[in-house]
Amino acid sequence: MALTALTIQFLQMLLVLALAPLLTGFVRMVKARLLRRKGPPLLQPYQDLLRLLGKHAVVAENASWLFRVAPYLIFGATWVAAALVPTFASGLIFSWSADLIGIIGLLATARFFLALAGMDVGTSFGGIGSSREMMIATLAEPAMLMIVFTLALIAGSTQLSVIAQVFAMDGVGLRVSLGLALVALILIALAENARIPVDNPATHLELTMVHEAMVLEYSGRHLAMIDLAAMLKLLLYVSLIGCVFVPWGIASPTSGPLGYILGLLLYPLKLVIGGVLLALFETSIAKMRVFRVPQFLGIALMLGFLGTLLLFVSRSF
Amino acid sequence: MIARRTLDATAWTACAEVLGRGKGELMALFADQNRVHMIVRDPREQSLEHLCFECEGGRFPSVGRYHAPAIRLERAIRDLFGLEVDGLPDSRPWLDHHAWEVSAPLSGEQRAPVSCPDYAFLPVEGEGLHQISVGPVHAGIIEPGHFRFTANGETVVRLEQRLGYVHKGIEHLMQGTTLERASQLAGRVSGDSTVAYQFAYARAAEMALGISAPARALYLRALMAELERIANHLGDFGAICNDASFVLIQAHATMLREEVLQAADNCFGHRLMRDCIVPGGVASDLTKESIQTVRALLDNIVPRFRQLFAIYDSTASLLERMLTTGIVSNELVTRFAAGGHVGRASGRNFDARRDLAYAPYDKLSFEVPLLRAGDVDARLRIRISEIEASFSLIRQILDSLPSGKIKNDLPAAKESEGFAFIESFRGDVLVWLRIDGDGKVARCHPRDPSWFQWPLLEAAVEGNIVADFPLCNKSFNCSYSGHDL
Repeated sequence: MALTALTIQFLQMLLVLALAPLLTGFVRMVKARLLRRKGPPLLQPYQDLLRLLGKHAVVAENASWLFRVAPYLIFGATWVAAALVPTFASGLIFSWSADLIGIIGLLATARFFLALAGMDVGTSFGGIGSSREMMIATLAEPAMLMIVFTLALIAGSTQLSVIAQVFAMDGVGLRVSLGLALVALILIALAENARIPVDNPATHLELTMVHEAMVLEYSGRHLAMIDLAAMLKLLLYVSLIGCVFVPWGIASPTSGPLGYILGLLLYPLKLVIGGVLLALFETSIAKMRVFRVPQFLGIALMLGFLGTLLLFVSRSF
Repeated sequence: MIARRTLDATAWTACAEVLGRGKGELMALFADQNRVHMIVRDPREQSLEHLCFECEGGRFPSVGRYHAPAIRLERAIRDLFGLEVDGLPDSRPWLDHHAWEVSAPLSGEQRAPVSCPDYAFLPVEGEGLHQISVGPVHAGIIEPGHFRFTANGETVVRLEQRLGYVHKGIEHLMQGTTLERASQLAGRVSGDSTVAYQFAYARAAEMALGISAPARALYLRALMAELERIANHLGDFGAICNDASFVLIQAHATMLREEVLQAADNCFGHRLMRDCIVPGGVASDLTKESIQTVRALLDNIVPRFRQLFAIYDSTASLLERMLTTGIVSNELVTRFAAGGHVGRASGRNFDARRDLAYAPYDKLSFEVPLLRAGDVDARLRIRISEIEASFSLIRQILDSLPSGKIKNDLPAAKESEGFAFIESFRGDVLVWLRIDGDGKVARCHPRDPSWFQWPLLEAAVEGNIVADFPLCNKSFNCSYSGHDL
């Protein structure tokens, strides 16, 4: 039993790593098609990563050790966090070591190092990016915690595996609090992944960047690590929304081989739907002014708060 | 021909003071050997006046001392001609970055380059201010220019520009060349307005030679100018929306622009219609099939363009970015005599096609849009209205296109001068030209509309957030190349 669980866990870790660039490539492809462009090939992100890995990393003269170490820390923390989210099967054994709050902590760690690295070289863009990123973080993280409380109150646990299982098997039904949490989670996912309307992953305008401004000084394998971490984060959020709000088909430890195969088939389908929706949304809205971001995330925070409050009023909400 | 007066120092300074009191508009200020020329416009009388000053001992009294729009022009004259400007408030070099092998290249004598201390940006003092330096090399593929922001958090306290990185020595190259060669050079001052520049150059040359182009050539020139205007405005429409990360409009505007360029290629043999206008007429005629091509183009793109604008007008998230961003006051555009969409979006009612009417626009009817909001949205809406006006102009041109020859022969040259204003998509382009006795160009000065728009961008950004600068900048879309010469 433990062996199976271990296999599933490792399979999942490799799966997220393998699929993350594909999801990014897929979103780019759908966006290009929506604009009637051909766009880069689906597998382009893999080629980009390979190209970057084969290149020398150019490091600024005044960069400290932190600048060199940060990309690996960021990648490591994000990968572990992504591996803790049930993708096609719940009952991950790592789950017992870190719950949903742990995942938020890991992502916050990655962000902390990214912001430090952005300021390390002392360029003005890195500083702008880091300060904007921290402004987003101070609002997104509490909102995320409120969502976790909402889910935990319903499922009776903060373990994602348990939450996914409860939601998939026991059928918690349609709940107002869950609806609020879903909207809040989507808003946070957009902000956390530097997507439109908060940030633009495809911009070349230095002055408007958030995420890209922090990593402007990176190149070569360092940049590959950071890019892959960003792709993993996108996959993490889509998987998270998938396993909590559309958990159907997710395999549990008790389901047989057929359950696992079904889970493996349904998971990519969920990613595809998530990717298409993201591309559609991003194409239909302009980026907001930086000082509107607090209001945007404030909505997420209020929704999360409301969800939790409602559950205190009655468990049936 | 307009009145031309040579002034002494007192009268020159008095004229500068009149400009400073807002009683006139400075349209151009340039040097020719030892003489300084100034073209001023009286907006109430709708009249132009050409003033000259003969420098004694290589000095002339500053106009910029009383009238700020002249400051950069005088700094440029100082760099290029080595003339000293008495009382110039800002004595830093402008176009000369001390990277040339000579100094004062247009002074007519070989002068060794002078070394210079580092360029001193204007000091800004205050608590919590920090500087952001952007450029001259940017992350996107655009022209080079340096922007020094002083910001308080996200709010811009001051923007200072430093330009001159794409100085090509065009005025120097033009000196002593044939009229044809200089026409080609004029078409390369700013690539996106190549038609407008060559149009202005051709008219200046024709004025100097005392001839005019055949009627058919005049209409073909206007057709090219309107096609160029549509193509550029469509490009800007997309680019502005793209800077707000709304790529959908850019994708479609780019397609529309491409169809305009292909039609231009089909009609005149060059996508941007470069070297299609020559002194005396135009280089190639429009065939019957080409007329059909243009008509088909309009039928094809007009409804699609209107649909695209409807998307802009109904996307709240996009409008939220555009409205009240980068406001330029009416007072400033009037003082700087800013042309084009920058002026008209802030209530300066001027269009060279109407107010300095030149053929064939005196026989065509068109609306000059005017707005007062002065923000990014207003500048974009001016462009939209101008595209619509250009559609109608093209239809009128095709309907009333005269037949006949397309080029007149140039007469034997004599010493003479000429100048012309042409409305490019950015605003009024001026070309001033002096021909010597051999029929060669003695001096030619192309003045880009951007000279009077760049300084307003500094004012527009003030008080906005740093992240909105690209949007403001794109809504101006000033030319670096045309300004740096």
